[in-house]
Parts: sequence; C-alpha cells; structure tokens
Amino acid sequence: METLEQIQARLTAEFPAARLERVANESAAGQPSLVVDHAHGQAIARWLRDDPALRLDYCSNVTGVDWLPLETSTKTRVKKVVDGVEKEVEETVKSVRPGYLEAVYHLYSMSLRHGPVILRLRTADRAVGAPVPSLTPVWRGAEFQEREIYDLFGIVFEGHPDLRRLLMWEGYQDHPMRKDYAEPDDYEYEPTPHDEVLEKAGKHAAAEVRP
Amino acid sequence: MDEGLRNELSKQGVFTTKLTDLYNWGRKNSVWPLQFGLACCAIEMIAASMARYDLARFGAEVFRPSPRQADLMIVAGTVTKKMAPQVVRLYNQMPEPKYVIAMGACAISGGPFKQGYNVLKGVDRFIPVDIHIPGCPPRPEALIHAFMLLQQKIAAQTFTGAGRPRFLDPAGPSEFPVPEFGAHDLVPPNNPAIWRAPKVQRAES
Amino acid sequence: MSESELLSAPAPTAMNYEIRPKPAGTSDAEVGGELLEVAMGPHHPSTHGVFRMDVVLDGEQVVKLKPVFGYLHRNHEKIAENTTYLASMPYTDRLDYLCSMTNNWAYALSVERLTGLIPPERAEYIRVITAELTRLVNHTCLIGFLLQDMGALGTPLMYAFRQRELILDLFESLSGSRMMCNYMRFGGCRADLPAGWLEQAAQVVGGYGQFLDEFQALISENEILVARSQGVGVLPAELAINSSITGPMLRASGVNFDLRKADRYGIYDRFPFRVPLGDHGDVYDRYMIRLLEMRESVKILEQALREIPAGPIIDPKAKIRGFRPKAGEAYGRIECPKGELGFYLISDGSPNPYRYRVRPPSLINLTVLEDMCLGQTVADAVIILGSVDIVLGEVDR
Repeated sequence: METLEQIQARLTAEFPAARLERVANESAAGQPSLVVDHAHGQAIARWLRDDPALRLDYCSNVTGVDWLPLETSTKTRVKKVVDGVEKEVEETVKSVRPGYLEAVYHLYSMSLRHGPVILRLRTADRAVGAPVPSLTPVWRGAEFQEREIYDLFGIVFEGHPDLRRLLMWEGYQDHPMRKDYAEPDDYEYEPTPHDEVLEKAGKHAAAEVRP
Repeated sequence: MDEGLRNELSKQGVFTTKLTDLYNWGRKNSVWPLQFGLACCAIEMIAASMARYDLARFGAEVFRPSPRQADLMIVAGTVTKKMAPQVVRLYNQMPEPKYVIAMGACAISGGPFKQGYNVLKGVDRFIPVDIHIPGCPPRPEALIHAFMLLQQKIAAQTFTGAGRPRFLDPAGPSEFPVPEFGAHDLVPPNNPAIWRAPKVQRAES
Repeated sequence: MSESELLSAPAPTAMNYEIRPKPAGTSDAEVGGELLEVAMGPHHPSTHGVFRMDVVLDGEQVVKLKPVFGYLHRNHEKIAENTTYLASMPYTDRLDYLCSMTNNWAYALSVERLTGLIPPERAEYIRVITAELTRLVNHTCLIGFLLQDMGALGTPLMYAFRQRELILDLFESLSGSRMMCNYMRFGGCRADLPAGWLEQAAQVVGGYGQFLDEFQALISENEILVARSQGVGVLPAELAINSSITGPMLRASGVNFDLRKADRYGIYDRFPFRVPLGDHGDVYDRYMIRLLEMRESVKILEQALREIPAGPIIDPKAKIRGFRPKAGEAYGRIECPKGELGFYLISDGSPNPYRYRVRPPSLINLTVLEDMCLGQTVADAVIILGSVDIVLGEVDR
C-alpha cells in the first residue's frame, strides 16, 4: 500500500482546496493519521473508497476522543533592557492549545487486504453539539458507532440518517465519556478506600441526612 | 405432636406431618426460576441446568420465560441503570410467594463494574434479595448451593407469627416502586424503604 | 341432500371456520391493514441476553425493525481509562463472556503494537491453541442457542454444553477460572501449561471430530432446520462489506476475508487451513460455516499441539510495575469467533490509557439486522438474530 505521504499528495492534487494535516504516531505501531477538514470530509472519504489503487471499502472502527486543552510552556531567551542595561532574560511563554473533540476512522480494504488508513475529523471546540460531517453515507458500518459517539461524547454528525442516543436512555442529558463528566452521587462503602474514595465518602456524608 | 408418638406411628406405617411442612415440602421441591439472564452469570446459570450439574435434581429445571409462571428470580449478571426498571417490573409481575437470588458480584454490589456511570450498585437497592452468591461468575456448584439454602429457607417459613412471609402480612408491600429514567440518574436512585447505604465507622488511628 | 353430498360436506366441528358463525360486528373488510408495534425485549425467551428490538408488524411480517441497545452498558471503556493498562485485562474477559481468551489476545496484541513487545514462540503457540479452543466453544454454543431459538428445546444445547465443559476444564486447569480466564499478558502469557495439559487437550481435540459428526448427523439435515433456515435472512455481499460485517457472517455471504489469513497476526501463517465460504448468505449458510470452521479449528489445534516448542512464555522486556507506554496510539485487531475484535489505544505516557476503545464485532454485525429481517415473519426475526451471534456484553460493553 502507498504511504500516507503519497496518499496525501494525491489527495492534495485531487482536492486542492482541502486542508489536510498529517499526524505522526510515535508508538511502535507506526500508524500515522490524516486530519481532514469538514468541507471535504465526505468527498475525500468517497474518493478513498472508490480509488482503484486504495479501495478502502471497509470502515473498521470509529472512535470518539475528547482532547482537553493542553497547556505547554516553552522557555525562550529574550534580550531586554533592564535599568538601561541590555540583558538576556529567560522568559517562559505559556501557550494553550484549545481542546476539541475528535472522531477517528480506521479504514481498511477487504478486496485488496491492506490498511489501515486513519482519518480524523476534529470539532472546533469542546462544546456539546459541535458538528463534524457524518461518514455513514459512505460506509454504513459507521452508523451505530457514530450514534455511540454522539451519545457518549456529544459530537453531532451532520448528515447521519438516524442520530439518536445508542446506549443511554432518551432524556439522559450527560455525555459520560467526556473527561469532565461528573457522576451522580450514589456513593457506597468501598472496601479499599484511597484518597479519592475517602473524599467522595466525606462529600456524601455531608449531603446525607440520617434520622 | 409428640416426637415419640410420631416415631411409633411411622413404625406402624402411619405418616403424620403438619400442613405447613407438607405445603413447604411441595413448594421447596418445585421452584420454577424465571428464564432471565442479564450477563456473564447467565451462561453459568444455563450450565447449571445442563447435563453435568443437572439442576433438575432440585425440581428447578423448568425455566419459565413468563414472570407470571415463575417463583424465583435469579438475577444473573450486571443490572444496569437502563435495565433496573425492567427488573423491578418483572419482579412485580411475579406471583407471591416469590424469591430472589442475586447471582454474582455485579448483582450483589455492582462488582467489578461498580465505578460505572450506568451500573446499579446492587439489585437490593430496589428489590429484596433472599440469597446472595459471590463470585465473578459463581460456579454452577455455587448456584446449586444457593438453591439448597433457598430450600432451607422455604422449609422454615411459617404461615403465622413474626416470621411469616411478606405475602401473608397485610402490612407488607405487594409491589415495589419502579424507578424512572431521570436526566442524570434513576429517580429515585434507590428504594429507601428496603435499602439504606451502609454507614462505615472507622476506628480513630 | 344426497348421500354423496353429505359425505363431501365439511364435518360440523368447532375448528371448521366455514360453518362457524362470525362474531357480531366484525367483517373481513375490517381485518388487516393495521400495523402492530411490538417491543421484543429486553426480557424475552430467546437466549441472547437483554437485547430489544422495536418491531412494526403487518400481520406476522416485519415491516420495520429498530434495535435498542444499552441494557448491558457497563462502561467498560470509561473504567479502563481510569485504571492501568494491565488492570483492564480482566475486564476484557467480560466483554464477550463466551470467548475470554480471544478477548485477552486482542487486547494484548494491541498493547504489543503500542509498545513493541514481542511474545516468544511458545506463548504464540499457547495463544493459538487457546484461541482455537475458544472458537470451538463459541461456535458449539452458538449452534445450540440457534437451535433453541428455532424450537429444538434443550437437546442440541445439552450436547453443546457437554462439550463446552470439557474445554472449560482445560481452561480451568490452565488459568484457574472456567469462564473468565484473564490469562494473557502483554508480551506473552501468565503461566506455563501445567503438566499433562497438552495430552489432555489432545484428547479433547481428538474427540471433537467425532462430536461434530454426531452433532451434524443429529441436526444438519433435519427437515425443520432446513425449512426454517434456508432462504431466510439473506445478506448480499456488497451490503455486508459496506456495513463492516465481519466474521462467519461475512464469509457466509461469500466474501473471503479472514483476519487470520489477511493480517497473519501471531503465527497463523504456519498453519495451512481453509476458509469456508457460503454462497447464499442465509441463516443455513451461517450455521454451516460455523460447523465447517470448527473442523478447520480442529486441524489447526492438532498441528499446534504437535509442534509447540519449549521455552519462555513471556517477553523478558515486559514489566508489570511502572508500565508506561510512550505517547502514541495503536489499533490492533484479531479474528475472534464473532468477527473482527479490535482495540484502539491512545497513550499519553501515563500509566492509564488516554483513550481505550473496543471495536465490538457483535454490535457492528447488527447494523444489517433490519435489512435481513424486512419481509420475514417475526419468528424468523428471532432466528436471524440468533444466526448473527451476538453477546450482549460486547454489544453494549
């Protein structure tokens, strides 16, 4: 199979307006992935499915990921004039990468038996109901998985034929797989208390009224 | 009846018993469980009714799919919050006298999935449980042991007095409230009439 | 009335609707045309757990069918993200609780992809042996359950469970637990084979062919099975591929795709075995594929039990304390008895995975349930569901 660089080059030739970004993977698996913009998401997916050299007819796995805002600090040496004397001062610049939600698609080819090509669709922010285009019209296998992601992460897949909650009940308001989910208070005694459990127990005891 | 007289009569071929004992003897040897599997433990429940473990020896091989025909609910597996209303509804639909075996760690307390946001931390938050069997999953032998304990319990039940079963007690509840789906959790999250959170008191160290 | 007329006239019995008076107020015109909505489940007599189908029926025909999930949603992924990599291993047993060994392998394989651990030769052989034994357990039980759904109450299931117990004894002496083995580790296996295990396994495997012959003679040509399953729930190959169907269900539709051949993970390239394919894609094909796959598994097992070498069972680089894979991600997949079971892991360098995702074959194989059931009767919908082979622990996780 072609490498992701080659696929990206062909995609750029095919869709000149598309914004594509390659994400490297440091792990031993070495499975890099490609971030695709919303406007061309479906068209690129269709092209990957129908291209004779790739024929990625099988969308194996769809995953939702909740990326929290990431704070990185870099140290730089800047020249500053302090009390009239020029000095080299070390300054820490903090930058915050905003958080976002992400849908990751693992694509394989059943007919040519190769893969994976990994696509990523990112939302603009972590708001509940942030949209990404749905790829269910291209691969029906994504139908239930996208519904699951909508249920557990709150990503809205635009163009999904039947976007309802999959696992939790209708009327449930939380999206529990998000990193900031707070579970309802139904603490019960746990036999191996550690700090977290003790804290939870303390909060619960304060709230509970016993006769 | 005098024990000596009873022995004497039985030597003569006259068998005497109490109505309560006869009634309980019949009941304990024909417990029909509800065919009701929730998760992993259900497979071991099926295995217990199959050839090697042969639950039929206890008169309990007749698994009934309808709650109207069942005497015993084996809660075999994790009860999730989404499933809890249905479990309570099924229990309410069973005719009295009825019994519940909580099979496995999940049904007792949530088990390994206790931290889950959709897992009920023990089925005894909503329905009364007669026998608890620990294990993840309990072996079929453990289920058979639970059956024997249940038979002992049935045999010891009386019709009158303080130890009489719930259905002979006019003040006892006939139905248990079915929880409803709320925005974040079940409403109510437990049935306070039958369950209270255990209060843990630690020695000061 | 002549004598011959009297003889040809229908006998006046209550079952004869020709002479039975109709209840007042109903006529033929009023009957029919009304759709009936039925919620099948989550509690129902079929043996597949707490699964619900919202069915719209026209008479007995299925007009619409929507599966409803979540009655066994045990938050496996959320719990796994709050614990260490190794602590998730016992939870994978409880995904598809009939096949704990293959679940272990899929997870161990994904972590090995993430970290670069390489299991030694003997461990690879043990993995193949346990995985193929699991395939035997799963397919045998599935056929028992399928026939139970079809109305063969008890007997095939009893045969299946008798055979299952023999294999569970092997698992118990190997791992200490009948069902939830928790046996594999990253880079190998937890414990070496106990003494005499290989001989015992060879005995069970040697007797399996005879059991399959017996099983097949008992049911395969049974008239009721043939009549109820042939031509029912047909799944075309294109739809199957586009809907990401995997496992025996895909191969019953005639698509030659088996990850043991396509990916050649582990040491599967050393075993010559065939991939059985169906050509009708109906319930009977799905039943038959599983029987044939079991025969191939027996072949693989015989070879593996013969060739297994001595040696270490775990990669010496594998460590339990302080296991922190460096940041990155990996997707690993194996052919579990139900289809492609994959694990997608994202590591951020901490002891817990940042994202832990199970690709459940049972859930995704249900994508086409409605397509297969439309136009069939409601009794057929039950056996179509049975032939998909789902386990709710994996569907809802």
